[in-house]
Amino acid sequence: MSVRETILQTVEGSPGREFIIDSDIHPEPYSPQSFRERLPARWREHCETYGDPQRGPYAALTGYPRYIPRTSRRDAWPSNGGLPGSDLELMREQHLDRHGVALGVLEPLGQGSWTRNLELMGAVCSALNEWQLEDFVAHEPRLKASIVVPMEDAPAAVAEIRKHADNRDFVQVQMNSLSEEPFGRRKYWPIYEEAVSHGLPVGIHVGGSTGARTGGGWPSYYNEEHYSLVNSTQAHLTSLVLEGVFEHFPALKVILIEGGIAWTPALSTRLDRLWSRLGSEVPHCRKPPSEYVKANVFFSTQPMEEPENPEDLLQIFADIGWNNILYASDYPHWDYDDPEYAFKAPLSVEQKRKIMFDNALSVYRLD
Amino acid sequence: MVQSERRLKRGRQGEFVSKHVVARVEDIGPGERRVVTVRNRPIVIFNLDGEFFGLLNRCPHQAASLSQGIQAGFAIAEVPGTERCIRRGEFIRCPWHGWEYDIRTGQSWCDPESILVRRFKVERVPGSELVKGPFVAETVEVSTDEEYIYVEA
Ligand code: FES
Repeated sequence: MSVRETILQTVEGSPGREFIIDSDIHPEPYSPQSFRERLPARWREHCETYGDPQRGPYAALTGYPRYIPRTSRRDAWPSNGGLPGSDLELMREQHLDRHGVALGVLEPLGQGSWTRNLELMGAVCSALNEWQLEDFVAHEPRLKASIVVPMEDAPAAVAEIRKHADNRDFVQVQMNSLSEEPFGRRKYWPIYEEAVSHGLPVGIHVGGSTGARTGGGWPSYYNEEHYSLVNSTQAHLTSLVLEGVFEHFPALKVILIEGGIAWTPALSTRLDRLWSRLGSEVPHCRKPPSEYVKANVFFSTQPMEEPENPEDLLQIFADIGWNNILYASDYPHWDYDDPEYAFKAPLSVEQKRKIMFDNALSVYRLD
Repeated sequence: MVQSERRLKRGRQGEFVSKHVVARVEDIGPGERRVVTVRNRPIVIFNLDGEFFGLLNRCPHQAASLSQGIQAGFAIAEVPGTERCIRRGEFIRCPWHGWEYDIRTGQSWCDPESILVRRFKVERVPGSELVKGPFVAETVEVSTDEEYIYVEA
């Protein structure tokens, strides 16, 4: 039975119960050390000798210290001493069971393309992929994994996708937003080509440690850094469209995760206006930019926008497109969105169903 | 000795309230807090230097349990470079998105007028007074020579 059929069977088996699909759950190892054990000896020794070169909010060092340990909800620390997100029991109790999660997409963060050492990047991504299966998916079939790729090394990324492409426990390819180049650039195209050939969408989650924070230099505060992640998402969206990625790979589905959503209609409109005057600079971009965004790009909701007048949200959603929005919780992080309370606007049953369930069912590879 | 039958009176919003003995004073030390359930409502009781306060244990934003947060004060600055800390430990900071609530009033720091946590009256009462009633002591064993905390809910 396909993953989709299994999900639908679960739903049909419990009439009256509401189910949701969560596009952003962060699994963590019991401890950084326990994950390092999974690396080949060559890289374990490397990390022991040189220190872990992966920098970011989930590593021991970050340029922008969080106001909350491990960027996590304070109630998400398991009693067994592990990191938030490491304990399936607690994840079930606080999130999966509690909210009827029929499918939760795992997004490992903080490792992989968070180092500039390409060989290490590849080794960590491989280990992350095995680890998701062994420690999470094998014990909890509602969770599905992402093929985390060493995104700055396209041949290695392609090989990693190929290695897992036939395994239905992987439902997307995952990259992170702080990259060396904007994602429309040709160096990343082999990744898209491989993903498309297996029917896998590409999720781009904000974060990373190696890339520039903003186009305007390096900010001072976590307040600024948290917001600057939106800048990286905007840069990638613009680049993907204008470099012609969606023209070249019309079947490519990109999911922008945790980069905010309210700005997207404004950006699309602006790009359309520029394109209508300057389209000759990008002749490979044959349709107005907003059409590619509507056809190929999906946005995860968390952190949910909270306009002063909650009903304004309905207009924002309508402008983005009701079919392009996917619910995300970000469990166990501090900016977690509770599916019951995060949406302060009155959504109709049908609108809610699209965001919480139906859209994701058609975006991820669930055949 | 203790009257266990509920003698209801009207509370602030006109609803019926009763006085519930929930702990001995020494069970919740200064700086500590404890969650109790009164008439099906989770209430977190704080001890700020011997004064007791009670808030609904539910963040008005997305319903996280406030009791899982940390108690903090505020760093303020009139102009850059003049930071100082005030009211240490007198705010509960939500364990999720970090909204802060004044433990004494339930008012949020970000928007005190419109975002607030429901507050419950919490008082100390000597055991000898309990006989006079009306109090509900379902979960606490009481004796005349100790001091207790009751919640009006
Ligand atoms: S749930 Fe308390 S601040 Fe969001």
